[in-house]
Amino acid sequence: MDKKRKELQVSALRNGTVIDHIPSDKTFQVIKILNLEASENQIYFGTALESKKFGKKGIIKISGKYFADNEIKKIALVAPSATLIEIRDYEVTKKEKVQLPEFVENIVRCFNPKCVTNIQAVKTKFRVIEDHRGIMKLACRYCEKTMGKENIEFL
Amino acid sequence: MNMLKGRSLVSITDYSKDEIIQILDLAEEFEKNQRQKILDQYVIASLFFEPSTRTRLSFESAVQYLGGSIIGFASADTSSVKKGESLKDTILTVSCYSDLIVMRNPMDGSARYASEVSPVPIINAGDGVNQHPTQCLLDLYSIRKTQGSLENINIVMIGDLKYGRTVHSLVQALTLFGATFHFVSPESLKMPSSVKTWIKNAGLEYHQYSDIMDVMPIADILYMTRIQGERFPDPLEYEKVKNSYILNKQMLEGSKDNMRVLHPLPRVNEINEDVDDSPKAYYFQQAKNGVYVRQALIAAILDLK
Repeated sequence: MDKKRKELQVSALRNGTVIDHIPSDKTFQVIKILNLEASENQIYFGTALESKKFGKKGIIKISGKYFADNEIKKIALVAPSATLIEIRDYEVTKKEKVQLPEFVENIVRCFNPKCVTNIQAVKTKFRVIEDHRGIMKLACRYCEKTMGKENIEFL
Repeated sequence: MNMLKGRSLVSITDYSKDEIIQILDLAEEFEKNQRQKILDQYVIASLFFEPSTRTRLSFESAVQYLGGSIIGFASADTSSVKKGESLKDTILTVSCYSDLIVMRNPMDGSARYASEVSPVPIINAGDGVNQHPTQCLLDLYSIRKTQGSLENINIVMIGDLKYGRTVHSLVQALTLFGATFHFVSPESLKMPSSVKTWIKNAGLEYHQYSDIMDVMPIADILYMTRIQGERFPDPLEYEKVKNSYILNKQMLEGSKDNMRVLHPLPRVNEINEDVDDSPKAYYFQQAKNGVYVRQALIAAILDLK
């Protein structure tokens, strides 16, 4: 692929953030959890882009926006392979892979309807763990139940 | 140094092996000398947001043997919850009137939350289907007393292993002491994989059976549980399995001399009444042990021993 065609695929940002290496099928979910639909910033995104590492990947570019810690944790839960690239005045000022946090607080709902966090005004707290197969799970600090990715619902 | 001083007990996993042993040793002391008025001038709150006979009476008995006073309620109907008060407000208010709060609440995780907001220690007397740590401590006490040790026993758990919170906590606690686990249950009520993972991670073994008799000869402890109809989405499924795991006296023939039958109670029909006369029946003594254990727990948390 020549340079010109690559530029057509991903146009340059002056200021903002690129979320790269999203598993292709998670791109729309990342857009949703970051509430980008409601954003007035310029947003470009692509899915099913070719990637040497992933086969297919998604990418999102948001102009004039840098993400807070809690937003980055959300991205990590949905797309742990993602890379975050911050751009200031066309220069890459920061580029790092998102890290799965040890704990997440008040960003995910507990899937157990009888959990106190779903009944009283209690902030949710989860420990991010791996089960014996190495699959990520969230363990609720309160009801002590663990839930898999499929049950994650963001607050 | 009393490491339990001022600490809430929410889940059995809050305690280390040494802390569990500390409580069991202290409970032994209370078994020898139950009436010790060390709780004179102390007020214990007993907040039962849902009905419970055994646990509530056992706690209240423990407090009375220690000479303490009790305030509280036995159901949410007679409390300010009915007026819509939050759990946080109830706990903060009651903590103004008491030195320690014993709480049962139907919400999973309510005990952990209460322990976070409360200025006085909380003892969890059951939070929904989550934890019931004092049941676990009295089970451990009963096992140690009947077997002479908690180390390396063969424990057989029978009945509803999927939803029974007492068996889950007991497995977690016994992994600290190196038990071998034997699970007997209907297919639909098998031990959850999370509990089996816990055992594997501790480097221990478990075995699964569908017939009690397959494991009877090697059992040190038979831990019976009730199969509850309300756990089954399909009533037909319940009808099919409800009578599959009933213990009778004849079945105990061929079991080891040291074997004892435990049950968290209430029993419905899973232990035939003819077992009650057997020297191997231990479930009522087990309930009695609950009072010693709760005396020990309250004394340790309030640093009176």
